[in-house]
This record gives sequence, structure tokens and C-alpha cells, in this order.
Amino acid sequence: MLKVTNLHVSIDGKSILNGINLEVKPGEVHAIMGPNGSGKSTLTNVIAGRDGYEVTQGSIEYLGKDLLELAAEERACEGIFLAFQYPVEIPGVSNMAMLKAAMNSMRKYRGQEEIKAGDFLKLIRQKADLVEMKHEFLKRAVNQGFSGGEKKRNEILQMAMLEPKLALLDETDSGLDIDALKTVSHGVNALRSPERSMVLVTHYQRLLDYIVPDYVHVLANGKII
Amino acid sequence: MSAPILNEKNKDLKELVKREYKEGFVTDIESDTFEPGLDEDVVRRISAKKNEPEFMLEYRLKAFRRWLKMPEPGWAHIDYPKIDFQSIAYFSAPKEMPQLDSLDQVDPKLLETYAKLGIPLEEQKMMNNVAVDAVFDSVSVRTTFRETLSKAGVIFMPISEALQEHPELIKQYLGSVVPTQDNYYAALNAAVFSDGSFVYIPKGVRCPMELSTYFRINEMNTGQFERTLIIAEEGAYVSYLEGCTAPQRDENQLHAAVVELVAHKDAEIKYSTVQNWYPGDENGKGGIYNFVTKRGLCKGDNSKISWTQVETGSAITWKYPSCVLQGDNSVGEFYSVALTHNKQQADTGTKMIHMGKNTSSTIISKGISAGHGHNTYRGLVKILKGADNARNFSQCDSLLMGDQCGAHTFPYIEVQNPTANLEHEATTSKISEDQLFYLKQRGLGEEAAVSMIVNGFCKDVFRELPMEFAVEAQKLLEVSLEGAVG
Ligand SMILES: Nc1ncnc2c1ncn2[C@@H]1O[C@H](COP(=O)(O)OP(=O)(O)OP(=O)(O)O)[C@@H](O)[C@H]1O
Ligand SMILES: [Mg+2]
Repeated sequence: MLKVTNLHVSIDGKSILNGINLEVKPGEVHAIMGPNGSGKSTLTNVIAGRDGYEVTQGSIEYLGKDLLELAAEERACEGIFLAFQYPVEIPGVSNMAMLKAAMNSMRKYRGQEEIKAGDFLKLIRQKADLVEMKHEFLKRAVNQGFSGGEKKRNEILQMAMLEPKLALLDETDSGLDIDALKTVSHGVNALRSPERSMVLVTHYQRLLDYIVPDYVHVLANGKII
Repeated sequence: MSAPILNEKNKDLKELVKREYKEGFVTDIESDTFEPGLDEDVVRRISAKKNEPEFMLEYRLKAFRRWLKMPEPGWAHIDYPKIDFQSIAYFSAPKEMPQLDSLDQVDPKLLETYAKLGIPLEEQKMMNNVAVDAVFDSVSVRTTFRETLSKAGVIFMPISEALQEHPELIKQYLGSVVPTQDNYYAALNAAVFSDGSFVYIPKGVRCPMELSTYFRINEMNTGQFERTLIIAEEGAYVSYLEGCTAPQRDENQLHAAVVELVAHKDAEIKYSTVQNWYPGDENGKGGIYNFVTKRGLCKGDNSKISWTQVETGSAITWKYPSCVLQGDNSVGEFYSVALTHNKQQADTGTKMIHMGKNTSSTIISKGISAGHGHNTYRGLVKILKGADNARNFSQCDSLLMGDQCGAHTFPYIEVQNPTANLEHEATTSKISEDQLFYLKQRGLGEEAAVSMIVNGFCKDVFRELPMEFAVEAQKLLEVSLEGAVG
């Protein structure tokens, strides 16, 4: 599904990743651990297509495509989802409106029709229940005034709605209390399937007690060791 | 219904990227236009053309003589070459006056024009609950739904006709909110206004539909001087929509309208504008100069007036819809989105004059500047001596796109009563890379992501618009912002 080969990345001439190799097969869950500043978010951001990073060497292949050729939104439409370490607030745009636009943009990309309003509503309520999120959060502006834990939960809700093929979860467990960790893990586990792969970035072993990975990698100094 | 701003339903992205002014076409209709120039004789001729009662001519002449003595205002935060008032033609009417009873009798080219603008009258007539009074250049061409309205006792007609049919109402109210000497452009308008809309809602009547007028400037070098007068009697309610477009031309065109609203006891008037006049090209060539005086008088106790505006067009916008809160417990509201792109300049805001007791006002202003656009909010909240327990809440937010545009905020406050309670908030922000990436990661393209963020920024204003108008306003912003990022 995903094959990262000898990836070198720098920001403003400063080298951050120095030859990452990572292969993720369909259905696999990989955990990446590592100290602060080791480049974990950089790796997930580069896979998701964020601007501002320079790939100086290496390649990323995704479902047989050269991922580096695709724009961020195309990667998303191809099924890559990033749960952000620091989810962004978007004032005035409701969670629901954003998700509906996101969903329809992806459906359009895939040549599908827009989702019917009624079906969308049913789906989002069902997924909100899955991550135990009160329905009133659906009408609130994206992440605005959400607590740290609520933001993380909201990321998982979005993942559940968008049904990615490859989910990158960047420290989704950070800042969660034990109950929230359980619900979020439950949500993530419910999405595990033989076709869906996941990369979990975390600092804590305890997440891996709830979401049991197939592989654990350690990233240090821009390399997987 | 489809409110008549843009027919953007299935727009092609490529076409969008070109960001052409969509309403830029000229209708080729024989018209009866005065030679450019302005003197007393022109004023007399306008009045004669319209077969006006004597008091109206007197009113115009008085205004004209005042105007001659007034200096052109120069204090707004905008910059433009001096207007040569002698080079403007002050009257332009389609030559064949269409009949008012049947669409068949309207010049097909006119109907075509409306269709291009997205106001198929026929369709609207059948499917929508909106009465349209379209103003083509200076003469109102057609009023729909007049029957339904007249059953309710509502008068909705071109002001030129109202002068024939209800001269006593015009005489009573015209200039009662915006006196002729109020300002330079208001005086000019009073002298030469050609047409506009008149609305009268009798006591206790809730107008059964949204009233809509549609302005469009067509003739070359004609200034458009609209005059609108809306009266809501005791306990009446009306929601009025105004949409504006103009064809694309190299020369600047002047638009100097006056709108007066009067709300009696317990009455409410909601006035919404979506303004999309031609803004000029990216170098600032052409475009409309939009110098407008809009004022509402909350005359009776418990009356309410709301102004909601979405201003995306015009080369220059100079506009301060205001409320005079005379009745006790009366309420004034101003919700505004103003967008400037390329070389556009906007100086807009409101005045809330509190006179009665327990009066309250709300001001929500959202300015968006892109390219070299300059956006100024200028507002005055004035609490007079007798206005015990007056309240005002003001919020002025600016969104900047790029680093060559500007946003300026001038909130003026004058308080003469110590019981007043005023709150003011202001923010300036930029669309962040983080927000853009977040939305792209959710599958939205750059354009869609930007427009979603901008729409979110404007939400507090859009939700005040009638639903369909809000949809059109969003589309308009989308189109107006083409090429603003990247
Ligand atoms: N935009 C940037 N400009 C300069 N340096 C950056 C930028 N983004 C990241 N870095 C640097 O790259 C290195 C890796 O950062 P990254 O965010 O990938 O670490 P991380 O492993 O995710 O850390 P944490 O566990 O704290 O989230 C850090 O030294 C960071 O300072
Ligand atoms: Mg990180």
C-alpha cells in the first residue's frame, strides 16, 4: 500500500529526515515512536503532502502511484487521511458543513454522485455515536473552542466519516484521559479492516495496549532504527 | 427560488479562473438619453418627462440649488480622480415604454438581459414568492406580483408611478429621513433622481412575500440616481432585497442612490443588499463609483430596522446605512460583508443614532481585502442625552489575503448619556497555511478551501440574509475572490 524508500527531507536547507524506509501493507497497523523533534510529524506531513518540505532524495509510492506527484487534496481523495497532532480551528464553518464538503469533494474525485442530505445526516450521527461525541458538536464550528481531547475525538470522527485507505494518526492519544483513550481506541479499532492500513505516531506504550500494532518502529535523528 | 445575482450553478473551474466580470454585457436597446450636462433646465426636463406634480419639481429645484453650493466630500478613506458632473447624462430611459400588464409586451431584449442576469421574471413569477421591481437604467420596467400585494394592501411600485398615484404619501415622506441638504450626493440625487422603488405596508400587515428590486446600469455615461422609499405603518413587517449589477465598461460610472426607511410603532423593516456593480479591471480601469446614502428612521416605539449588505462590486464604495433610533425600545442592526480585490476601495460602515430610551443597536462588520484592495470600516455610535439605557454592540473583523491589501477601522463614539452601555470588539486576521492544509487534507481544493474559510468568516452576516440570497452571496464571494490566493 505505502512504500517509503530512502526518504530525505529538509526544511529551509536543514535536514530533518535522513533516509526513512517504511513499508505498510494493506490491513497492517504500524506504530512509530520516538523522542520529541525526531521527525515523526514531518514524516506524516510529507506523506499527506504539506507544503514547505523539500524532499531531497528518495520516493514514496502509494497504491502503485508516485505520491510526491500528487497535490495534498488529491492524496486525500486517493484515501490518505491525517489525524492532526494539533487540529486547526476554522471559525464559522460547522463540523457538518466541512465534512459534507470534504465527502462530496472526494466522491466527485472518484466519479461518484454527491451524498444525499438525509444519508449524510444518518451517517454522521452514527459515527458520532461510535466516538461517543455529542451531536451538538456536529453543529459547532470546526474545532473552535473544543478542548484538547474533543479535538482529537473530532479527528477520529472525521476519519470514520471519510473512510480512508491509509490513516496517519499523529499523537491522537496525547492529552486524552483514560476514558477518552478507550473510546478513541475503540473508534480506531472499529475501523481496522484488511483493506485499511494505519500508521500510529505516539509517545506512549499505553495506546498500543488498546490498539495493538503489527509493527513498532522507533524514529530517532531522522531515521527509523 | 434563485435570487438574481449569479447563475453560477454549474460553473466550469477554468472559466472561473479567468475571473471575468459575469454581468459585463451591454444591451442594445434604443434609448432616450439626455445630452451630458447638468443645469436647472435638465432638472426641469427630468421632472417634465415624468409628468411630475408641481411640488416635486419644487423639491428638485431646491435640492439642485443647494447642491450647487455644497463642496464635494473628501474625507472618506478613498482615492479617486475628480468626477466631472457635466460629462454625465442625467436621464436615460428605454424608448419604447413596455406595457406593465403582460410580459409579452416587454422588449424581448430586456427580458434577455434579465435572463442573463439570472432573473427570469416569468420563472420568478410562477415559482417564487418574490415580487420583483426591476430598474433598467432609470425607468422601472415591470412590477410583478402586484395583485397579490395589493390584496394585502401593500403598495410596491416604481417611485415615478407612486408620484402619480399616491402623491400625498410621497409628499409626506420623501426627504423626511434623508433631507436634501444632508450631503453632497443626497442633494444631487434629490435634484435628478430618475426612478426607484416605493413600498408602503399598511398598519398591522406582514408583507406576504419578500420584495426584491434589481438595479442595473446600462447606458454609457449615465449616472444612476435611484430613490427608494419604504414605509412600514404601525405593526407592519417587510423584508426587502436589493441586488445590483452593471455592465463592464472602461469609463467609470457614477451611482448615487438614496434609500429612506420609516418604521412606525412596532414595525420592522429588513433591508438586504447584494451589490455586485462592475469593480473595474485588475489595474483599476473602469468600474462603478457607488456613493449611496441609506438611512432608516425607527420613528415609533419598539420599531426595528436591520440593514444587511454584501458588497463585492464597485471600484469605489462609499456607503453608511444608518439607523436613527427615535422611538423608545427601538432596535437598529447593521450586518455587513465588504470585499475588495485588485484596486477596489471600500469605505463603508454605519451610524447608529440613539435618541429614545432603551434603544439598542448591533453592528457586525466583516471586511475582506485581497490584492491591492483597501477596505475601511467607518462607524459612528451616538448616544443622545435622552437615550437612557442605550446599548450598542459593535464587532469589526478584517480578513487580509496577501500582503498588499489594507484594512482600516475607524469606530467613532459620542456618548451624551452616562447610562449608555457600549461594547466594541475588533480583530484582524489572515487565512493561515494551517487552515488551508487542514482543509486540503480533507479533500478540498485550494479554491474550495479558501471560500470555505471566507464564508466561515462571514457567517454572522450571511445568516441574516434570506436563505436563497445567502447562497447567492456565497457564490458571489467565491467568484470575486478568484485568483486572490496562490
Ligand atoms: N517549519 C519548520 N521550520 C523549521 N524547523 C522545523 C519546522 N517543522 C519542523 N521543524 C523541525 O523538524 C524537527 C522535527 O519536527 P517534528 O515536528 O517532525 O518532530 P516530532 O517527532 O513530531 O516531535 P513531537 O514528538 O514533539 O511531536 C524538529 O527539530 C523541528 O523543530
Ligand atoms: Mg509531532
